[in-house]
Amino acid sequence: MTRTGTSEPRDPHDDGRPRMRAVVGSSRIEEDIFGRVFDGKVVSRIWAFVDPYKRRVWIAVAAVLVFTLSQLAIPLLISYAIDFGMAPGASGGVLAGIVALFALVIAVNYAASLVQERVTGQVAENVLFDIRRKMFSHLQHVSLTFMDKTEVGRLMSRLQGDVNSMQEFLETSVQSVGDIALLIGIVAVMLWLDWQLALLVLMVLPVLLGVRVLWLARARSAFMAAHEANSITNGALAEAIHGVRAIQAMNRAGLNAELYSDLANRTYTAQLRASRLAQIMIPIVDTLTGIAMAVVVIAGGLMVVSGRIEIGAMVAFLFYIQRFFDPIRSLTMQYSVMQRAMASGHRLTEVLDVDIDVNDAPDAVALGPDDDGAVEFRNVTFGYDPDHPVLKDVSFAVASGERVALVGPTGSGKSSSISLIHRFYDVQAGAVLVGGHDVRGVTQKSLGRHIAMVLQEPYLFTGTVMGNIRYSSHWASDEDVIEAARAVGAHDFITSMPEGYDTKLDERGSNLSLGQRQLLSFARALAADARILVLDEATANIDSYTEMQIQKALQRLLEGRTGLVIAHRLATIRNADRIVVLQQGVKIEEGDHDALMAQKGLYSKLFTMNYASFDDLPSDLMHEERTLAT
Amino acid sequence: MKRQGDAVVAGDPVFRRTAAIDRQKGIGAIARITRRCFRYPWRAGLALAATVPAVMAQLSIPVILGRAVDQTVAMDRGTPDIGALVVIALTLLGVSVLRGLFTLVQNYSAESVGHALAQDLRNEIYAKVQRLPFSFHDRTHSGDLITVGMLDLEGVRMYFSTALVRTVMLTLLIGIGAWMLLTTNVILGLLALSFVPFAAWRSSAMQLKLRRTWLILQEKLGVLSQKMEENLAGIRVVRAFSAQEYEMAKFDASSREALEYSHQRIDVRVRNTSAMTLSFFAAMGLVLLFGGRQVAAGEITVGTLATFLTFMTILQMPVRQLGLMVNGYARASTCGARLFQLMDTPVEIDDSPGARELEITEGILRLDNVGFAYQGPVARPVVSGISFEARRGETIGILGAPGAGKTSLMQLLPRFYDVTEGAITIDGQDIREVTLDSVRQSVAIVQQDSFLFTTTIENNIAYASPFTDDRRIRGVADSAQLHDYVLGLPHQYSTVVGERGVSLSGGQRQRLSIARTLMTQPAVLIFDDSTAAIDAGTESRIRAALRDYAKDRVTLIVAHRLASIRNADRILFMEGGQIVERGTHEELMALGGRYKALHDLQMTPEDDVLRTEAAR
Repeated sequence: MTRTGTSEPRDPHDDGRPRMRAVVGSSRIEEDIFGRVFDGKVVSRIWAFVDPYKRRVWIAVAAVLVFTLSQLAIPLLISYAIDFGMAPGASGGVLAGIVALFALVIAVNYAASLVQERVTGQVAENVLFDIRRKMFSHLQHVSLTFMDKTEVGRLMSRLQGDVNSMQEFLETSVQSVGDIALLIGIVAVMLWLDWQLALLVLMVLPVLLGVRVLWLARARSAFMAAHEANSITNGALAEAIHGVRAIQAMNRAGLNAELYSDLANRTYTAQLRASRLAQIMIPIVDTLTGIAMAVVVIAGGLMVVSGRIEIGAMVAFLFYIQRFFDPIRSLTMQYSVMQRAMASGHRLTEVLDVDIDVNDAPDAVALGPDDDGAVEFRNVTFGYDPDHPVLKDVSFAVASGERVALVGPTGSGKSSSISLIHRFYDVQAGAVLVGGHDVRGVTQKSLGRHIAMVLQEPYLFTGTVMGNIRYSSHWASDEDVIEAARAVGAHDFITSMPEGYDTKLDERGSNLSLGQRQLLSFARALAADARILVLDEATANIDSYTEMQIQKALQRLLEGRTGLVIAHRLATIRNADRIVVLQQGVKIEEGDHDALMAQKGLYSKLFTMNYASFDDLPSDLMHEERTLAT
Repeated sequence: MKRQGDAVVAGDPVFRRTAAIDRQKGIGAIARITRRCFRYPWRAGLALAATVPAVMAQLSIPVILGRAVDQTVAMDRGTPDIGALVVIALTLLGVSVLRGLFTLVQNYSAESVGHALAQDLRNEIYAKVQRLPFSFHDRTHSGDLITVGMLDLEGVRMYFSTALVRTVMLTLLIGIGAWMLLTTNVILGLLALSFVPFAAWRSSAMQLKLRRTWLILQEKLGVLSQKMEENLAGIRVVRAFSAQEYEMAKFDASSREALEYSHQRIDVRVRNTSAMTLSFFAAMGLVLLFGGRQVAAGEITVGTLATFLTFMTILQMPVRQLGLMVNGYARASTCGARLFQLMDTPVEIDDSPGARELEITEGILRLDNVGFAYQGPVARPVVSGISFEARRGETIGILGAPGAGKTSLMQLLPRFYDVTEGAITIDGQDIREVTLDSVRQSVAIVQQDSFLFTTTIENNIAYASPFTDDRRIRGVADSAQLHDYVLGLPHQYSTVVGERGVSLSGGQRQRLSIARTLMTQPAVLIFDDSTAAIDAGTESRIRAALRDYAKDRVTLIVAHRLASIRNADRILFMEGGQIVERGTHEELMALGGRYKALHDLQMTPEDDVLRTEAAR
């Protein structure tokens, strides 16, 4: 609705009637598919992954060369057989000898092709899996700031699409070594057989190359267009499947089918054009082959008559011509593959180059069971962008075993605070201490063992209920897991499912209700059995029954642990030993409920307004508060 | 809808890619695809007709080459006739050009049949998927349906060119070629053709095996992708538990399994292709040996030998491609079976014969002893014996614990499912007796989980009535308390939302979903727990804005928050699929039953409740 203003130019096709606001599917912004043909930096980065398999690569290259030589030898042997083995009066022994040699050559050819194809295939696959592993493992440690602002879909297309186009490249690379060798070999053998005839035949070569280069530019854009039209159409189908309930509720099936048929038609046209361009090369290549063969027949025939070459050589020429066009075809194809691979390779290295901000210090110590559960913020200043701090000089302490609630409106810095305790990010000034140690001085692994976290949105993984509660706490036995589930009140609904703890969860646990997912994420934190529990309370309204269960579970969860809770519910807040009120990154109030109510500050105001959640403040109040704070 | 809390409902395995397809169905699918290909008789006929000259040209090349060699030998022996040689060379060129042209015609016509077939099927699948009722989509994985529409479609599209036309071409090529060779020289012909059965067998076996391992590999890669995707989406959980090592172990296990299958695929391919090449060359060696002896003995000419050898090289590629042809059939039969399975699925909820439009007169909604059970092995009723009536301008509130059947009941009103007992009528007309379109126009529902389309906010709001103007869009957005938020977005109403656009919070999504429902003018409006993520203050402002709008229709509100329904004309309290209490707020409070208990629970601070619980 950007065109509401009267001063804006009107659509020339606008005939006064309302325009139709309906589309199906979405046009995608494709990333650059082709890069430069050769990018030294990218190649050297990818080569590093091939390095461990260097020996195998050399074996493959050697096998390719042997294979090519044997390919070249076969027409030659045929020509010898014709010239020496079949001449009238030649002894049968010569022919038998040549055929024996032929048998030897094809045996070598067989062995070489086995080795070459298997080794290249396997190395390409291994490299591919190694690249993917390296990227995935890198993403486990990169800064969360990067992960926050990067869509998962985008990363997945790196891990899948881009890695796959590297595979295509790696596999065809060794093949193109073979193609080049074969091409050079054929030219050399032909020149050696008779350089004049060879030059005559080779005249078709530049013509073919020229035609192909011209063709490639047009064909590629046609292939791309077909590919893109196809994926847009498929996207629209996927949308219709995912959104079928909304579509039926709003009665849009008829109109959508019309819109979709436009897309399908566009795909059809684009694919036909791509087919046309792909097939047009066939008569061209066949014509050029015909010309080359005709040249051999006339010129070669005359040379045989004049005694310049033997009849066998002429036959060999005819054979070579038929092998001649394959390597040229695959080599020109290789050109696009390389461009695609360079673009993908570039994107892969981008992922590998994302900074890891948080590293274990060289002298980091491990937090152990003897360390207590105290947490302290000492003059902490922090911002995702250092110029715009979201926490400014915040200090507060939580004693071991104490329960503290963090409250404040959206954007006050609560979530950032709990991220710092786990050292998801490093502070810009001040320090965060856990168990008396600066978090930068302890190992991240031990910090994770010391702190259990419950995030606002319960996030579950595909797998069984048992596996989800245990998650990475491999030390928890089945009994521990069941005990944890019982403690948070999840045991009953788990055992009511037909397969109990072995019930498989769908993606993100979507076969459970929100409340049930919440309880499982509580059980998961309990099974981790950590000294400190950090919890970001859910804001969504759940029905009262579940709500009560969750409150009970929360009490059980915090028993005997240090608890730091981002609280939204009055009950949770009132059960805390102390409340820290944050606003716009500054701690403005601290104390227990009664003390804060007596202060008549932001807390008492929020409390008396009786909002279900402190995050859902009406904007006018927020504004008022902001003016008050400054 | 997803049956929350229910046992895990496994998707219908019929559309899984690894599902077994029975033979009869596969053959039926092939027959049906073939018939459909001939819906484009000109192109299909042209493709098939062009194979004949293409094959003839292909087969004449070895013969002409043999002539050329013989002519050369003859000239060498003293009968110089350059004219004859030139004629042969020009024939060779001409035949090569013809071969190219006819192959072009054959391939292009065949592919265009495939593309035309695909276009028609796409439209049919799309229309079908949108029409199939909720019950179908409940039991079918969306991912499975998408692969039917993408991969299975591809398998069917390729059938004409890779399977049918190739069969005709190969039959002609091998058949005529064999006849030519055998009539020329039986022994040499048999030797030259000796590699064909072996290569054909290996090639078919290989392709079928490759297809099987490909399907398994895709499944393994799917699992791997899912693991990676879950990990990245849940990276905060991973970090929170410092579970990186654990996650890498999961990744490695999955990855190693996939890698194993990739290696197996390479192995199958390499072993078979090398064996095929070897058999071809071995046959060539035999031809060379025995043919050579015959040439030496003067029984055949060098040209004839050259013909045999060239013929072999020409035959080599097509024979190796026999496997692709076999695979083309295998693929089309399984892909086609799945695709037709989808297209043949009956649309259970559809217009009854002779159905008329629903006519709204007084705007009275009536439920008469309505009962409903989801289909399944155990058809246990989720709703039963529901009767109530509501008139234009009335608001009905519906309460109950999760699983009480509230949502299931609401989904019966727009006929997302059909009642299994009783009847729903609007102004005296059973909703099953009138057209589906008119029911859906008269009953609007704001669903719990609202799906947003990947398009602009204005297109989303105008989804149900695309021919609207800016003023109305702005108006309904304002009523749904969305307008101010939209103005704060970078492109305002043109901001793209949905899966690939700006992501909205739960509350914003619900408000957008309310806005788009307000674009319609239904006789019955349902809010199915659609304000759960909206705070109480905003919700009450939405209600206030809707006061006038609600006058012209029946409004049903399903909610957990009592404040949402406190002012309703009637409140229905559901439990176990039945209405257990009904009346106004005051009446129900006076009744002192479940409603009052829930009221007390919500109004008392929770810690007091907990204390009372603990004391018990």
